[in-house]
Amino acid sequence: MTAVSTGTPGRERGRTPAPAPARRGRRRWWGGQPVGTLLAAPYLVFVLVVFAYPLGFAGYMSLHDYFFTAPGVDVPKPFVGFDNFAAVLTDPQVLRSFRNTAVFLVINVPLTVVLALVLASALNAGIRWASVYRVAYYVPYLTASVSLVGVWMLLFSSNGLVNAVLGPLAPDPSWLVNKGLAMPTIALYVTWKQLGFYVLLYLAALQNVPRELHESAETDGANGFQRFLNVTVPGVRGATTLVLVLAIITGTNLFTEPYLLTSGGGPDGASVTPVLLIYQRGIQQQNPDTAAAIGMLLVIVVGLLSLAAQRLNRER
Amino acid sequence: MRRRRGGTLVRHLLLAGAALVFAFPFFFMVVGAFQENPTNTPDRLLPTDGWTTENFTRIDSRIDLVGSLVNSLIMTAGVLLGTVVLGTLAGYAVARLRFPGRRLTWGLMLLVQMVPFQLLMIPLYVQITRGYGLGDTYLGMILPFAINTTAVFIFAQFFRALPQEMFEAARIDGAGELRILRSIALPLVRPALATVVLVTFIGPWNEFLWPFLITKDASLQPLAVSLANYISNVAQSTANPNGAILAGACALAFPVVVLFCLFQRYFRATDLGSAVKG
Repeated sequence: MTAVSTGTPGRERGRTPAPAPARRGRRRWWGGQPVGTLLAAPYLVFVLVVFAYPLGFAGYMSLHDYFFTAPGVDVPKPFVGFDNFAAVLTDPQVLRSFRNTAVFLVINVPLTVVLALVLASALNAGIRWASVYRVAYYVPYLTASVSLVGVWMLLFSSNGLVNAVLGPLAPDPSWLVNKGLAMPTIALYVTWKQLGFYVLLYLAALQNVPRELHESAETDGANGFQRFLNVTVPGVRGATTLVLVLAIITGTNLFTEPYLLTSGGGPDGASVTPVLLIYQRGIQQQNPDTAAAIGMLLVIVVGLLSLAAQRLNRER
Repeated sequence: MRRRRGGTLVRHLLLAGAALVFAFPFFFMVVGAFQENPTNTPDRLLPTDGWTTENFTRIDSRIDLVGSLVNSLIMTAGVLLGTVVLGTLAGYAVARLRFPGRRLTWGLMLLVQMVPFQLLMIPLYVQITRGYGLGDTYLGMILPFAINTTAVFIFAQFFRALPQEMFEAARIDGAGELRILRSIALPLVRPALATVVLVTFIGPWNEFLWPFLITKDASLQPLAVSLANYISNVAQSTANPNGAILAGACALAFPVVVLFCLFQRYFRATDLGSAVKG
């Protein structure tokens, strides 16, 4: 805010009716309002310090034998090429964490896209209490995962409410301690928690689907389901791509859920995720170089998956 | 006509059913937080007796509820301050001014949204705790979130929607760029603030991983961290932890839900959509 009070140079420039020819060339390079650099500078510095630098640092760590030293001690950290990556790629636990992520995505992503679009188009039809429903769907997204994980943990525990309702149908061992069900339960939890946000994204996109398309499809005799499939779904394709990419990014970066819900990726590593491993390897076992390599791999996987989602969903 | 009414009924059933699924865990959380013994059987879901505030005292005795809430508040306030002050300036600059570095700023904003924070956590941890010595400090907790990029997008979107004529008129009247910002743009940004405050608030308030990494000192931990510690460490050794967990969960969830209900009217979903899409 202090920048606001120093307004004199800008005012002078504003008064000049037409800049002299010599100044015009310089002005084109500087742009019309070079003061913008000053306004954007804090944000740029912020991004460089907490984003660009750590990103480069992560790359550096993953290619070096990097380890923690006592403050002030400078020990050489030799370049080791792709050794860290080789170690990570042959580590069964790392491979398992990526397989777990695949299980998560296979359940979470389709469920998210379908449910969000169905709920959003039902809400969009001009229904009573729409705002109440919208709030109900959105509140889990706003609430801290730590809170909600606490609730789900109790609901899905061995003698919890869900099993009490299911009675003899309750799985044994129970949801969160069952090797086959731990990851699907987390996928279900994340779908539930994030869905409201995607419903809002679809609601915004649905505003741009022309009403005439629905009307003409109706005159042509298309029923509700056909209209949904042939008018709504293609009409919100752009939003679907966005939902896919965001769901993939969320799903590949799980930490709180496996850390708390299945007490550290249990049972027996069945819900270990890459980010949980980054924490365990990097901070707990003091191997930041391995952790950075897992992180780089994760970014590559996320990038490829997002690209694939965009390609698959492109208009043909 | 009849078919259409049938469709509406189906739609209502679908929406109401979904709303029930979304709301039920909250109902369970609030009721359980005030019960001596939170139920695990469906027939006791609407209890008539056994109400107590004991759970809040019990969790407070283990994790200092008020202190943790204050820590959460300080962290969140720091992020809000940085975002509202510096984020407005950046948003205004990229939306309305031509200056060297404008494209770079815009490109970085998009990139920041694409790369998840979790990837940066190890280098950031090294950088902030070892490089800057900011482990166990509020500044260290705030720094990685100090300017929310989504908020910058929302501001930019908002400033861009203001009519160009207004700015031209001000320039013709001899107002400098900073004067235009102070007297015209900033007073008009107020409607975007509700969305920005809500979007920015939930980030640091709900954040678990980062403060968990850099705070060893329990008296500095925000509630999300201390509650998680209670759930993962203390609960096993406590006789009846369920009520206390739900009480802590309520305390953490309540401020955000209140804020959302207050701001709901001003909160525009389309703002959010356009912001995320860039």
